[in-house]
Amino acid sequence: MRSAPQVSSLALAIAAAACLAARGASALDAASLAKLASGDASAKLSTVQEAVASGDVAALPVLRALLEGRLLAAGEQVLLEENGALVDPLTRRPAVAPAGEAEKVSINNRLRRSLERAIAALELFSPRAADRLRAARFLQEGADEDLLPALERALAQEKDAQVRELVRSILGALLLGSRDRDKRLVAVDALRKVPSTRSKRLLLERLGAGPADPGAESDSTVRDAIGGAVKDIDRALLRAEIVGWIFGGLSLGSVLLLAALGLAITFGLMGVINMAHGELLMIGAYATYVVQSLFRAHLPGASDWYLLAAAPAAFLAAGLVGALLEVTVVRALYGRPLETLLATWGVSLLLIQAVRSTFGAQNVEVSNPSWMSGGVTVMSGLVLPYNRIAIIAFAVLVLVGVWLLIERTRLGLLVRAVMQNRGMAAGLGVATPWVDLLTFALGAGIAGLGGCALSQIGNVGPELGQGFIVDSFMVVVLGGVGQLAGTVLAAAGLGQVNKLLEPFAGAVLAKIAVLAFIILFIQRRPQGLFAPRGRAAEEA
Amino acid sequence: MTGVFATARPLESRRAVAAVVAIYGVLVIVVPVANLLAPAGSAFHVSDYMVTLLGKILCYAIVALAVDLIWGFGGILSLGHGLFFALGGYAMGMYLMRSIGREGVYQSDLPDFMVFLDWKQLPWYWAGSDRFWQACLFVVLVPGVLALVFGWFAFRSRIRGVYFSIITQALTFAFMLLFFRNNTGFGGNNGFTDFKRILGFPIASPRTKVALYALSATALLGALAICRSLVLSKFGRVLTAIRDEESRLRFCGYDPVGYKLFVWTLSAVMCGIAGALYVPQVGIINPSEMSPGNSIEIAIWVAVGGRASLIGPVLGAALVNGAKSWLTVSFPDLWLYFLGLLFILVTRYLPRGVVGLFARGQTP
Repeated sequence: MRSAPQVSSLALAIAAAACLAARGASALDAASLAKLASGDASAKLSTVQEAVASGDVAALPVLRALLEGRLLAAGEQVLLEENGALVDPLTRRPAVAPAGEAEKVSINNRLRRSLERAIAALELFSPRAADRLRAARFLQEGADEDLLPALERALAQEKDAQVRELVRSILGALLLGSRDRDKRLVAVDALRKVPSTRSKRLLLERLGAGPADPGAESDSTVRDAIGGAVKDIDRALLRAEIVGWIFGGLSLGSVLLLAALGLAITFGLMGVINMAHGELLMIGAYATYVVQSLFRAHLPGASDWYLLAAAPAAFLAAGLVGALLEVTVVRALYGRPLETLLATWGVSLLLIQAVRSTFGAQNVEVSNPSWMSGGVTVMSGLVLPYNRIAIIAFAVLVLVGVWLLIERTRLGLLVRAVMQNRGMAAGLGVATPWVDLLTFALGAGIAGLGGCALSQIGNVGPELGQGFIVDSFMVVVLGGVGQLAGTVLAAAGLGQVNKLLEPFAGAVLAKIAVLAFIILFIQRRPQGLFAPRGRAAEEA
Repeated sequence: MTGVFATARPLESRRAVAAVVAIYGVLVIVVPVANLLAPAGSAFHVSDYMVTLLGKILCYAIVALAVDLIWGFGGILSLGHGLFFALGGYAMGMYLMRSIGREGVYQSDLPDFMVFLDWKQLPWYWAGSDRFWQACLFVVLVPGVLALVFGWFAFRSRIRGVYFSIITQALTFAFMLLFFRNNTGFGGNNGFTDFKRILGFPIASPRTKVALYALSATALLGALAICRSLVLSKFGRVLTAIRDEESRLRFCGYDPVGYKLFVWTLSAVMCGIAGALYVPQVGIINPSEMSPGNSIEIAIWVAVGGRASLIGPVLGAALVNGAKSWLTVSFPDLWLYFLGLLFILVTRYLPRGVVGLFARGQTP
């Protein structure tokens, strides 16, 4: 934040107030109403302009009625048609039309445009932020000098960052064409504070081909200011792009992590090649869908909070399926990874078809709770969606949970013991089959949590898991088997690299490039990023 | 790893060889005669649909044999052999697309999908694709070279077991994504279809179909012969040793890389040839052939038939695909259940496959 622009905008506000005082008129009164209803087009126009200049929100209903053809004139009397009834425009009391026909007050195109803008400008003072945002968006398409005082006042009292920014850029665009050099400087400064490609375009247009260019800025001070502002905007845009890229990478990385974390346990720690891992994600997503439907049917009031119940449900559902899978298929095939791979692939086909038969082959609709829609504006031109932020937070939460479980609990201790030396653990009295079962179910449950998260950002259908199976394995293999930290780093790294490549190569080629990179990387370091160094001639 | 393989020296006896040749004779003489000469409606008539189905299964059998060669004998489970099959198919498909000539929808010299993308000329890698001999060369070279390069990197850094399986899966997945793109120049989603003729013969005529079918049967016989001589030779013994005890073999002074690389590349080439025979018979090739699921399915054909038995994979491909073409028509919902259960039950209870049921005197 710089101080100079603030001073100048303060000066601007004072000037605007003075301007308002000079005009005098404050609220819509009978006289101006009469002018509005008169046959004189220019009198109507000036009345509308006055209403806007005074920022008279009370005039809104009348102006809207005029625009929509609901303002009627019957002789001297002016009437407002509201929901089919006639009311007095000032008092809002029911009114009766006098003898004779009440006629619609006519408007021409020029007045219509002016009215639309005036209404939008007045809506900038609406108590609801959404209305203000809509009005500002409308005004961005085109505003005229008459709106200046209203815009300045709106800017001074606006709290919402997004609306502020829009109003500022509208003001900047308006003042840039002003004859007053100081106002132009103020405009340049306002646009500098809204670093968008639009601001940059406006400034560059003003700069033109050179000082001699007709229509271009001729004053050297202003030209310098514009040059500086463009540079600032370029820097800010670059910054926004970098932050956006990092955030996009983080978001993709957290999705990958959620998809792969369960696998990091079943494959990474236990060495079980679970090709049905993707389907465990899918089960988590469908569990979320079922919980959502239950909430809608039985607890419609709390449906915004269905995720609180859906996450544990997804964990349990996927965990149960995982436990069943371990007992029926995986257990018999420990130590035979290739057979495990094929058998679990068979399980994945069964699960896909079972879901298809139960829920149908089409995607089901899982919607974000309302608190997840929208986003937070961190800087100009960069809105971070809440659902992405929620996914990142959730990934961190799950990660911390898993880490605590593995490193800090008795179960985690047993898991590590069995994975490191099964025979020794068994010899010391650890019930290894139970530990295997619990570990596998845990990994499956975490996959279910991942599925619950994925349901918030993508389609939920029977093929959901198939799309993630290759990615998940790549993350785990790249990170190094048996290394949670490696998995985290691999997921984050892959997310960033993918997002970095996307602008140059497109999403598909970026993904192919990343796959090719992983294939090459594994050739160089077959044990992944965090390979424990050992001397064994072969690893399992 | 030991003890799950049907016979140590498959197809060794003269009787087995004679049986295979006899079956081949029946396939290439009886079926064409029954299709072309027996009047439709007679009890001996074999329909065109059946000929295409049999031809398809024969191509799949070649693929299964190729996978058996590396998995059953070399212990290398590839989850990407669908890629080599599809690449062979695409190489042949390019020729077939060019031989449509101006009979396409847009009556252009370019294939229809290129006209649709508003391309004005053929991309460089389509140069000479109207020459049949070049297509045949590419059918062998493209999968072969890709396998050679990939295998060289992988085997040299001693990637094996499930790691190898997973990266072959990633490989075919990456290629599938690549071929799905319209701009890659291979027809995107739709791939190649609407072929008109091959070497001047109309592709839809029964005679052409029978000829392609007979060619597939012959190719399968040839592949069996090559695989048999390979696994019965000293080379085959080394290969089996790699499967069972690679480290020990290395300590004995053998370098497994060359052996693995040779058999891996040979296997890929066999798949490419199978793909090239498959495409003109079914009349379409698209990137879904490269989906990871397809490649895993190949492994189950081999497992159902019985690994390391040469004849098992052929049998397995026939059984599974026969069941598939029946189930997907009659009970479409049941097919995935069937396939899924097959995967589970065969790996769990039938480690030696169908062939293992008939193998005498060998306990697992």
